[in-house]
Amino acid sequence: MAQTSKIVATSAEAVAGIADGMTVHVGGWGGIGVPEALIVALAQIGPKNLTISTNNCGMGRPGDVGELFKAGCVAKVFTTFPVHAGATDFRQRLDAGEVELETIPQGTLAERLRVAGAGLGGFFTPTGVGTPIAKDKDTRRFRGRTYILEDPLPGDFALIKATQADPFGNLRFRYATRGFNPVMAMAAKVTVVQAQELVPLGAIAPDDVHLAGVFVDRIYVGGGGA
Amino acid sequence: MTTESGRAGWAKRDQARQVAALLEPGWVVNLGVGMPVAVPTEVNPDHGIVFHCENGLIGYRALADLEAPDPDIIDARCEPIQLNKGAAVVSHDLSFAIARGGRLDATVLGAFQVSANGDLANWSAGGGRVAGIGGAMDLAVGAKRVIVMMRHCDRAGKPKIVKRCSLPLTAVGCVDVIVTELAVIRVRPDGLTVEKLAPGIGPDHLEGRTAAPLRFTSHSPKAVEEP
Repeated sequence: MAQTSKIVATSAEAVAGIADGMTVHVGGWGGIGVPEALIVALAQIGPKNLTISTNNCGMGRPGDVGELFKAGCVAKVFTTFPVHAGATDFRQRLDAGEVELETIPQGTLAERLRVAGAGLGGFFTPTGVGTPIAKDKDTRRFRGRTYILEDPLPGDFALIKATQADPFGNLRFRYATRGFNPVMAMAAKVTVVQAQELVPLGAIAPDDVHLAGVFVDRIYVGGGGA
Repeated sequence: MTTESGRAGWAKRDQARQVAALLEPGWVVNLGVGMPVAVPTEVNPDHGIVFHCENGLIGYRALADLEAPDPDIIDARCEPIQLNKGAAVVSHDLSFAIARGGRLDATVLGAFQVSANGDLANWSAGGGRVAGIGGAMDLAVGAKRVIVMMRHCDRAGKPKIVKRCSLPLTAVGCVDVIVTELAVIRVRPDGLTVEKLAPGIGPDHLEGRTAAPLRFTSHSPKAVEEP
């Protein structure tokens, strides 16, 4: 396969180009599927005023998204569950008024990412009707039921984690580590994967690919974990 | 009867058994974070109930004693579980397509408040505090049946079953059944109907801890089957 290699040698190279004010999707759910090495590398570069999307806002574990709050990189966060007791760095920044928080339903976050990656202009969902989530959103009735309009959530970069990658970026994820990683990969201009293992082209049978390499731009191998 | 903590009604495990008794073989059932994660332990894995977790795991059971936990096989509370034969894994967009798309026969969710008409408030304690929604809103609007598993009163002793929720809603009119440590209560168009009382709990005890009108059927306190 004649092409420029997607494989990068260092985690710093993997996150190069993430600049002030960009939107970055950060994979993981709870403590799994989190691209720890990429997060640590990004925190070290230290861009400012990032908008990030992430299921959690940190659980107090090394390499989780809390590192980005600790490093003062985040101005706005789209998240579903920011209340973990370990999200102390997030809470400090929030309480200091340095971070804007938008809490959204998990299925809505997943779909906002998916439609961004699928080239769509938004979607109507019944989720959140009659709740504070519906405030200032357009509504429409279909077949007698009310839905609210949700926007796509495109990103400049996505940082995700996979169990296996081949050089084209075809990925496999182990059990619940899959999570948000595929839709985040779809929803960014540049998708960076931290892969636990690099396997040769052909080692992943076409039918067994969880996420096609067309959605992956850079592959960093290492960082441990599944 | 009092629980191990000295409070009246079913112990948490017996409360989980009341929830398990509402689930039917062949159902696909989502379990939310909080009290509902106690349910699989009370369900026979051979009973044919397929548990779904918002993280995309479909077909799991409680981890058996001495069974080695796998860090990548976890429930909504991020505690280890085990996959059954025939289990499947999907990504979050598909996991919530399952929820909104009507593939869940039931979801079991915790709650801060439930109103007489089945409104659910389970994500925000109000007062501008930081709150997590997680999958609750999608599950509440999508599942065919919403079973609430909660304590009957909050930590201050205030009723959680109310005429109208004062806390921000999760979804409108979605709750079908409420299972507390005191009773099993069905949300019906004509009002909250007590289907079962915990041993030693009388109607007066229940009404004194509930801030909405209750109906007691001729079958109470015996369990009433779903029509």
